[in-house]
Amino acid sequence: MPTTTLPPLTARFGPFGGQYTPEILIPALQELEEAYAQAREDPAFQTELATLLRDYVGRPTPITYAARLSAHFGGARIYLKREDLAHSGAHKINNALGQALLAKRMGKRRIIAETGAGQHGVATATVSALLGLECVIYMGAVDMARQAPNVQRMRLLGADVRAVTSGTRTLKDAINEAIRDWVTHVEDTYYLLGSALGPHPYPSMVRDFQSVIGREARMQMFEAIGRLPDTIIACVGGGSNAIGIFHAFVDDPDVALVGVEAGGLGIESGRHAARFGDPRLGRPGVLHGCYTYVLQDEDGQIMNTHSISAGLDYAAVGPEHAQLRALGRAEYTYATDDQALAAFQLLARMEGILPALESAHAVAEAIRRAPQLPQDHVLLVNLSGRGDKDLDSVLQALAQKETRP
Amino acid sequence: MTLAQLFRPTHTALMPYFTLGYPDYATSLDIIEACARAGADAMELGIPFSDPLADGPTIQHSTHVALEQGMTVARCLQGVRDLRARGVTIPFILMSYLNPLLAYGLPDFVAHAAAAGANGLIIPDLPPDEGEELRTLCQEHGLDLVFLLAPNSPPARIQQVARASSGFIYLVSVTGVTGARDTLPPHLPAFVQRVRAATQKPLAVGFGIATPQQAAAVGQLADGVIVGSALIKAVTAAPDPVAAAQAFVADLRRALFRK
Repeated sequence: MPTTTLPPLTARFGPFGGQYTPEILIPALQELEEAYAQAREDPAFQTELATLLRDYVGRPTPITYAARLSAHFGGARIYLKREDLAHSGAHKINNALGQALLAKRMGKRRIIAETGAGQHGVATATVSALLGLECVIYMGAVDMARQAPNVQRMRLLGADVRAVTSGTRTLKDAINEAIRDWVTHVEDTYYLLGSALGPHPYPSMVRDFQSVIGREARMQMFEAIGRLPDTIIACVGGGSNAIGIFHAFVDDPDVALVGVEAGGLGIESGRHAARFGDPRLGRPGVLHGCYTYVLQDEDGQIMNTHSISAGLDYAAVGPEHAQLRALGRAEYTYATDDQALAAFQLLARMEGILPALESAHAVAEAIRRAPQLPQDHVLLVNLSGRGDKDLDSVLQALAQKETRP
Repeated sequence: MTLAQLFRPTHTALMPYFTLGYPDYATSLDIIEACARAGADAMELGIPFSDPLADGPTIQHSTHVALEQGMTVARCLQGVRDLRARGVTIPFILMSYLNPLLAYGLPDFVAHAAAAGANGLIIPDLPPDEGEELRTLCQEHGLDLVFLLAPNSPPARIQQVARASSGFIYLVSVTGVTGARDTLPPHLPAFVQRVRAATQKPLAVGFGIATPQQAAAVGQLADGVIVGSALIKAVTAAPDPVAAAQAFVADLRRALFRK
């Protein structure tokens, strides 16, 4: 792996980030920070990771020119970064593999993780099997129902999947429960957080492991079109696939970076997960260890979120995104459930690709922009995962749409 | 009475925790008053939060019910005022996760909490590293800001937290979440000794203390004993929650007097 200069392992991104956790976790976070700071500078660790990314994950993932989709709109040319082709079906494996190698290096034998859509849970179960680690996955009971295939996959991979029935029974409650497990088993357990959020050093570490997406894409775009893309679009739940593809382009001022949140049933409905998109409910606050934009009521209670996509259904956003937005370096928009669903169908029929419903939000934004842009404008969409896990959700939503007046 | 006056060599402070607004606003105030009557030396008053990640199922449930009853930060402060108006004089330490206080506004919250008659604050998801602003505000308004230590806190961390903590230091007895447990952790005496060696400040122990026997054992080691989940359980199971709280705290008080 090319030893590119790594960004500093900072605890803060401007005012965002930090380490707002119970005292019990502070020693564990310090141990993690030290171990990761050493590992990221250690060529042996980086070589082991790079080898597994190539031979096991199947990297580099290709970029695909979406010729029919582009022609359909007659505007911008749309390229897809195919994280859906990574082993286990999404970008999540990049981070899961990196952290699991770190856990092993730290001598931790037990891995815990939260999962929303199940993609991070599947990735974690996958790498735990690969490395021979015990694996416990916390998943909201609501998410288990709507992502049943992923639950089965995790169990087949040997993971202990535990249903979380507290609170809203979705991702945030799964994180609460994973943290409760961690404070109880902190000596022997590694918490493999799945997105670029939580307390320091997770946001920086997860970004580092995911930034392989952007490094590859940068070279691949040069090969494909001889220059950088004009716009990069990625969906943003916690924001790990987005920060992963953005990061290699942050210092290229001519490349526009666009994050797409889950607009759910629309901003005015209040039933969404658009932390940036809803100025009334989305305000800076602290959830799960970091200071960032959080959907909350006026009393600071965390709001229930809604999205057709379980992986975007979360009340907070990674702190580095909050800072990229504050700096004006990235812009953030949203796609509704219906728009994501339409994008899912269109990509399936035009390109023969079933995207994850999360990724369909990014596709929706590309579809919205492409017709208004000239043909020499290049949009690069991070297709963060594949949609097999979403078939039930999609078929159900389409059936409901048909019966809607 | 201030927190500093709470801890005396001959007397282990009994400091029960209770969630404001559980099972409803009026009953929670009656319960807190009954605890004071039964011999609680101070009360930790919980401000409910939707995502109490340091709490076990018992306190989670109580805060969930309190929120469903419409509890807010402002209403919690009203509770403190109401209790003072009823003549409850023991120190009150407000316990809240950080986000509701950020939403209220930290400067306003500290000013209003002090004016309402609170004596201190405990924020389980605010380690001292992130707590400078709040520490300054609390100093300005005469509130103690209590920080926590855990059994796995290394020596340098013990020093740092002990310096930052005001009023007393909250020792989390176990690595885990709040909740009643059958036995005290075997390493507790050694943990308390490690912290004693580093500071003169009073030490209160919480998490997992459920019975009078456990409280008495902890009372041999520490200056204060915190009991939360077990009190909430006692109240939840009882036909008369106020009487149950009073009896539960009186039992704990008697056990501590036998020291």
